[in-house]
Amino acid sequence: MKLTVLVYSAPYSSQAAYSAYRFTAAALAAGHEIYRLFFYYDGVHNSTALSTPPQDEFDLVQAWSELIKTHKLDAISCVSSALRRGVLDPQEAARYEKDAANLGSQFVLSGLGQLVDANAMSDRVMSFGA
Amino acid sequence: MSTSQPSKTITFISRSTPYGSGLAKACLDMVLCAAVFDQHINLVFMDDGVWQLQPHQTPQDINAKDLSAALSALPLYEVSNIYAESEALTTRGLAAEQLIIEVTPCSAEQIATLIRQSDVVYQL
Repeated sequence: MKLTVLVYSAPYSSQAAYSAYRFTAAALAAGHEIYRLFFYYDGVHNSTALSTPPQDEFDLVQAWSELIKTHKLDAISCVSSALRRGVLDPQEAARYEKDAANLGSQFVLSGLGQLVDANAMSDRVMSFGA
Repeated sequence: MSTSQPSKTITFISRSTPYGSGLAKACLDMVLCAAVFDQHINLVFMDDGVWQLQPHQTPQDINAKDLSAALSALPLYEVSNIYAESEALTTRGLAAEQLIIEVTPCSAEQIATLIRQSDVVYQL
């Protein structure tokens, strides 16, 4: 089955982002295709490269990044959600004259149109955290 | 998105207060974007989401952007299947004919039917 995973919640704030990660890994292991990961609303916090949990805690952002890299997933953080929450790629940082950029290298900033596209192209859209 | 992609029936269930969190705006943004891409859309207000429909909002007092202005734009985006759960309106003292946009009052059973007829459901 072709699946899209929509994540609304930040890591560590609730179980939802972790559940989304576990679902994605399980779906891939079961042979399903992940058409897109879409991080929306507070979910964009999953895409910051600066998340630094204590060493004895699960590093969810790192885990997402490895999963995306291993399976060559299309992982998009909603640009309008991300900018207002301080998750910027180098282009946006330059455009808005900010000192730093922090979007993880496995993620891409793009618009809600990518969610509508995923909605049209996937058999199922699984939502986590709203 | 190219025109060769399928159009689906999407039901958005908006159940959050207009300014207490960003979810109401997040939902409306999704609705407007889906409308731009010619999807078949149902928009349902239920639970605290019906507060979004209350007239005379003055969100500028709390430095918030006026959500009701964006709601009023829904007809321009040809979003016309707009529903509000009757019980949610009644328990909050809202009258369907006094809301900022025209909505069809509906029962929980009718919402269940909408969900069954949808390809995808988003609720936030």
